[in-house]
Formats: sequence, structure tokens, C-alpha cells
Amino acid sequence: MSSLKEHILKIVPEAEVSEGEVPVVNVSPGAFRTLAIHLREDAGLQFDYLVCMTGMDFGENLGVYYRFRSTVLRQELTVRVETVNREQPELMTVADLWATAELNEREVFDFFGIRFINHPDMRRLFLRNDWVGHPLRKDYDPALNDVRLHSDETLDTAPVLEVTEEGVVEEKENVVFGDSEYVVNIGPQHPATHGVLRFRVSLEGEMVKKVDVNCGYIHRGIEKMCESMTYPQTLALTDRLDYLSAHQNRHALCRCIEQAMGLEVPERAQYIRTIMDELTRVASHLLFWSTFCMDLGALTAFFYGFRDREKILNLLEETCGGRLIMNYNVIGGVMADIHPRFVEGVKEFIRYLPGAMKEYHEIFTGNVIARQRMRGIGVLSRDKAVSFGVTGPSGRASGWACDVRKLKPYAVYDKVAFDEVLREDGDVFGRYMVRLDEITQSLRILEQLIDNIPAGPYSVKTKPVVKLPEGSYFTSVEASRGEFGVLIESRGEKNPYRLKFRSPGLPLVSVVDTLATGNKIADLIAIGGSLDYVVPDIDR
Amino acid sequence: MFDFSVITGWVDRMLRSFLPEEATVLVEFVMIGVAILLGYAVIALVLIYTERRVCAFFQCRVGPNRVGPWGLTQSFADMIKMLTKELITINNVDRFLFNLAPFIVIIASVISFSCLPFAKGLELIDFNVGAFFVMAVSSMGIVGILLAGWSSNNKYSLIGAMRSGAQMISYELSIGMSILTIIVFTDTAQLSLIVANQADGWFIFKGHVPAFIAFMIYLIAGTAETNRGPFDLPEADSELTAGYHTEYSGMHFGFFYLAEYLNMFIVAGMATTLFLGGWMPLYIPGWDGFNRAMDFIPSLFWFLGKTGVLIFIMMWFKWTFPRLRIDQLLTLEWKYLLPINLVNMFVMVMVVVFEWHW
Repeated sequence: MSSLKEHILKIVPEAEVSEGEVPVVNVSPGAFRTLAIHLREDAGLQFDYLVCMTGMDFGENLGVYYRFRSTVLRQELTVRVETVNREQPELMTVADLWATAELNEREVFDFFGIRFINHPDMRRLFLRNDWVGHPLRKDYDPALNDVRLHSDETLDTAPVLEVTEEGVVEEKENVVFGDSEYVVNIGPQHPATHGVLRFRVSLEGEMVKKVDVNCGYIHRGIEKMCESMTYPQTLALTDRLDYLSAHQNRHALCRCIEQAMGLEVPERAQYIRTIMDELTRVASHLLFWSTFCMDLGALTAFFYGFRDREKILNLLEETCGGRLIMNYNVIGGVMADIHPRFVEGVKEFIRYLPGAMKEYHEIFTGNVIARQRMRGIGVLSRDKAVSFGVTGPSGRASGWACDVRKLKPYAVYDKVAFDEVLREDGDVFGRYMVRLDEITQSLRILEQLIDNIPAGPYSVKTKPVVKLPEGSYFTSVEASRGEFGVLIESRGEKNPYRLKFRSPGLPLVSVVDTLATGNKIADLIAIGGSLDYVVPDIDR
Repeated sequence: MFDFSVITGWVDRMLRSFLPEEATVLVEFVMIGVAILLGYAVIALVLIYTERRVCAFFQCRVGPNRVGPWGLTQSFADMIKMLTKELITINNVDRFLFNLAPFIVIIASVISFSCLPFAKGLELIDFNVGAFFVMAVSSMGIVGILLAGWSSNNKYSLIGAMRSGAQMISYELSIGMSILTIIVFTDTAQLSLIVANQADGWFIFKGHVPAFIAFMIYLIAGTAETNRGPFDLPEADSELTAGYHTEYSGMHFGFFYLAEYLNMFIVAGMATTLFLGGWMPLYIPGWDGFNRAMDFIPSLFWFLGKTGVLIFIMMWFKWTFPRLRIDQLLTLEWKYLLPINLVNMFVMVMVVVFEWHW
């Protein structure tokens, strides 16, 4: 770890590097760009994956936490950058080094007003273009924005800040879509976007020339809401991010809080959490299969998937009371003990599903039309997957071993044997197969756990008001769609100073443009379906 | 076997007995028109009901089962609902073409419908180039679809219409070629004669391998012609929401909807006529008792039964296969079906010239 510190100090001598499991580098905005280039390219650093980029209002200044991970050297690093002032906050972009930064920097600009120099597109990402102010700043006044009664105007140009050769920052405009382009809206109300997401697609006949992602149609400001809630209250909102990974999201936040508190979770709760996570994953992948088949026009397959997903929902309902929004994990364990029939029900499901899976392969995987629609379409290389931060099944289909359950085992994942499903093809078919194979692996995990749930308390008692010690905490879990991270910045209060969710969905939509360009409209739908994003997770 | 011309002849004689020539013809025209429209509507409703039930059973569902016994009157209720719905006029559309388009589609469909030989003596439009006439009028529908897409002032509609144009023009070739194959074999293009020529065996059995290949190609191309899955690209709901009829509402949408179902019936009906002996019962040479028993089943039932089986197969296609992509669709037609069809027709010509058939 100290070699890492030395290496960084060699690049930027004035930086402050803290010790710890994940070192935090405090660097001035002037030196940040140099450091970033070295972090990306130096052989001893090779931080090729930008896990999470968190805009911050530090009080005096604004700033950003960058959390990097090296997929080669398996090390992590946090970089903390503060802007020079609040009035004209500017930072250099890193979007050319880590592609995932492109949308993330737009998000930071949207919420904190930090403008990124040389970023190709400094439009707002989630909020309306005529929004006043930047809502996640601590001095933001909500009264500035009344309810608008007119629609937002779509901009075809994007403001950019460019630095000239003399080092002067200039404002310019980039053209997103030219006047003569045939731009079609896919969304916000469109059957194939699986939610209220809007793609503006420039077409040349049937060919896609460019995809411009417009997010924010169901943005609820969950991160902002969390800042005024106590920690147990914030839990309820996680289920509403990626509602198909409700358990895993909540698991991540609970773990983050528990780690910050230093709370030991009883083993029974760990087992139950793991089982619930895997059931959720199976349910989510079944839903993926259904909707993906429907996107490709196989309508019957849709019902088969839903029929089987229903069985999981029934199991979850028995124990948690909820089918979609389960509200089951709490700080220190789970809300209630499992239902007496839960174990038997899960076993029955484990026996049932392989037969159904065979049916899936027969009706869809083996179909010649389906294969032609999937093979070789939307190929995502491993490098691109890492650069865009495309985790989860989509990343693993490109050959990137990014499973958090294997990298940093949590709960009882270190006690079970399962394979991380990896494929090399990186196309739509690869992403499709990874998910179906992961269902099998999840069943394997469930099989090993379901009979061995230890006796004991299912939860430790915690106070209704939890105060976390000052500091910044980051935890991630493997949600159904990829790495779901939680960053809590605590100032010792009963509510978080800043709570950031690293959603797996945002990288997934950011990669759509790259994958779909040059393909047909039908391929765009197939690619979107295979990435399997969930819109509330993107918008948060 | 019961001959429907008995009824029609009796009506004709009765009318002539107290009406002058012109009035008789006029009254008969009106009667036939009403009969066709009624038959058209009823068959469409029955098909819609069937499709919903069939697809429900494929999908482990029950389907409509509340309105009437077994949900039988569901589609009638739907039709009444559809008729009472508002025809929404959209701003900035080409009003004339927008309103014209569904009528072109439905008229093309009704005319080709009335060409079908439904039963013995029940041929409404029957003349020596009947098969060509059906091809000609049925391809008129595409004009309506293109107009609908163009005049809607909607980008989805336009893409859908363009897809539909490319698709229908391509598959029209295959349909034409397979019909030609049969015409070569049977030496007539008159639909009633084509059926009559199958009295001693359906063409799919009599016509050797080429007739069978032509039948398969006709079935594939026919499914494509009706814009149904897996060839439903023009209205690919997950890509173009509803394609060329996105902007239509009420009965204008209903016309497209009806025409789609009836086109399925027409394609299946033509396939029955050309390959499966039309209304001819199934005769097996030598089994006289069996053949006589078959005669007791009315010819209309034979026709509807065979058509029904083909329609079921087309529904089966739709509810099983995923949708093709536009380039795959065109590849299938131009690189596979068309060359196979050309060779197939050549083989059929050889069969006829060298009299290799029975």
C-alpha cells in the first residue's frame, strides 16, 4: 500500500495521501488532470475502472470524490478534488480517460454546477434545461423552481468549455444533431425502453447514426431526500431505485451503515440476506428473459418468464410481505424471521426451475431467428466495458470478471461454491446467455444455503436514531445488473451529509450509443434489452 | 354433394320472374354486396376471437371468457366499442390521404375476399384470370399502408410504412411465383377450375415435390404478406409502437385491424384453393365408402376447415417465433425463397412438359 502512496507522491508531490484500506488522495484541481492521466496509464497504477464519481458540497468549496479500481492489480484508490471556489467551480474532465465519466460528470454538473473543462457535452443530465440552480448544493433554494406548466425544450446543441492552447477557457457550443438529421424519439413512452427513458436516435434509413440519451423523466432526487432523513429512513428508498434488485440495493446500504457503525450482523441474518439476494437475482434475470424476448417479438416467451417469476414473488411475499418493494433488510439484520414454509418453498422452486429453463432454451435460445438477431450484434469489448464501467452480467459477457461477490465476498458468499459466469463474445447473445447461466449458478447458491440457515437471532437491536462517526464510507454489492455502490459522507449527524448511490444502470445506458451506432433500429432494441437497464436506477 | 348454385339460381329465377333485367342485376348486386360484407365482418370477428383464445392457450392463459359463453361474444362487444370510439383528427396530417388510407386497405381486402371459391357453386367473382386478379387486388392494400404511413406525419409510421413497402413488394414475388407454379401445373388461372381439377386429388399430393415446395413458400410468403409475426416488422410494437397505424383511432384503426385478420383468411383461403383442393372433400382412390362419407360433409365446411387449419398454423408461427430484422427479412426473400421458387417453377414446367405426373 505504501508503494502506491510513494508512486502517487512522485507524480504529484504536494498531494496529501491518507493511509487505510483504500487510500484517499487529496489533490488540487490544477494537479488533478496530471494525476488522472498517470493513474490511468502508469504500469504500477493501472486504475482502469472508475467505480464511482461523487459530486460533493464540502461546505466552503465544491468537489468530487473519484473512486478508482484497478482490474489488473486489484487495488483501489479514492481521489478527492476540491474546486477553487463556489462561484465558478471548474474541473478538468476525465471523460477521455474513463468513458463512464462522461455521463457522471454531466450528473455532477447538473446537481452541483461544477463545470468540466473539455467535456464534449455539458448539458444537464437529469433536470430540465431551464432549471435554476443546482439542487444538491447545500445552499440551494427550492423556491427558485416552481412547477413548470410547459414542456421542456429539447436542445440540439450542447454548451462546452474548451481550453485553448494559451490556457484560456472558452465557452463554445457542440452540435448534438444537425438540422438535416432524421431524429426519432425512442421514448420516453416506448414499449422497448422498459420505463420512462428517452433516446433521441438519428437515423439513416434503418441505420442508427447516433443515440443521445435523455434521462431524468422519473428522477426523484432520492440522494437529496436522503440528506434530510435518518439512516433507517433512507433504507426505504433503496428498494425504489432498481426495483428488480430491491434486496441487493438495500443490502448495500445496510452494509455500509453497519460497517460505519462497526455493527456485527448475526449469521442467520447473513444467510437470509444472501438467499434473498439470490432469489431477487433469479427473479430479475427471469424478468430480463421475458422482456428481452418480447423486445425481439417472441411474445409467448414473455408469459413463460413471468409465470416462473411469480413463484419467487410468492415466496418473497410470504416472508417479507411485499412482492416488488420488499423492505426486508434493516440495519443489523432483517425485518422479520423467515416464514415457516419458506425453506420448503425455495426447495420446491429449485427443483422446478431447471425444467422451465430447458423450455426457455427450446423456445428461444435455440431458435434460428433469435440466434441471428443476437449473434455478433452490439459487441462490447472488455476494454470498453471497463472504461464505461459496465458491470454485472453485461460486463461479464465481455469477459470482465467484475463480480463483487467474488472480488470482495460479503455476507456468506465466501462460504458457497459458485462459478462466475464469464463469456468472451460480448455481443447480445453473450449478455443473454450470461444471465441464463447466472440463474443456474444462483440456484446452486440457494441449494447450498437453504438447508443450512443457522439458528439464532435474525437481527440485532439498534436504536431508532443511528449516528455514524464522521468520515466517508463506500460499500458495494453485486446487484442483479452490476455493481451497486453506496457512498455515505457522514458528519456525525443522525442523517447523512451526502449519500450517493453508484447505480449499475447509468453506465449501461451510456454504452448504448457506442453499441448501437451503425446497427439497425431493431438492433438498438435488442441491445437495449440485452443491457437490461432499469430506469429508476438510472434516474435515482 | 350440395351445390350452392341451386339457391343462387332459385333467387335469380325468382327475381327475374317479377323484375326487369336491369333491376334484377341491381338487386342481386346489392344482395351479394351485403352478403360479402356480412361474411367479412363475421369471419373477422370469429378470427379475432380465435386468435385471442389460441394465443392465450399458447401462453398458459385463459383468454377472453367472460362475455357470453366461453367469451364468444367478446369480439362483438369489442367491435361495438370500436364503432363508438372517436375518430381523432390529428393536426398537421394530410387529411384526405389520412382518411383515405384505411378504406384502400379494407377495399383491397374485401375484393380479394370475394374472389375465394367458398363452396361448390359459391364463387362470387370467377373468371379466366381469377388467380391474377386476386394477386392484383390484394397488392393494392399496400398502397393504403404506404399512404397511412406517409400521411400520418409520424416518424414511426413512416418507417413502418417503408418497411411494409419493402416487405410486401418482395414477398409478392414469392406468392406470385408459387401461384404460377400451380397455374403451370393445372393449365388454368380460373379459381373454380383450379378447384375442379383437384377432384381426383389435391395438388399438394398430385403435384409432386414442386407443388409441395410451392406450398411451403406460399405459406411463408403469405404470412409475410399479412404483416404477421414473425414478419410483423411494419408494426413491430417493441420498435415502432404500432408502425403505420400508430396515429389511427376508432374504426379507422379497426379497418386496419380487420383487414389484417381477413388477409390472413384470404392467404389461407388461397392456399386451400391452390394446394389443398379448395372445397373438395378428401378422397382416397379406391376407398369408395370413405369417399362417400366425405361427401356428406358440406363443401363450405371443407373449405373453412382447411382454411382454419392453415390459419392455426399461421397463428402458431406468430406466437412462437421472434421477429426478423429488416435485412434478414429481405435476405430470406431475395436470396433464398426467390431462387428456390424460380428453380421450383422450372421443375414444374419440366414435370408438365414431360408428363411426369399422373
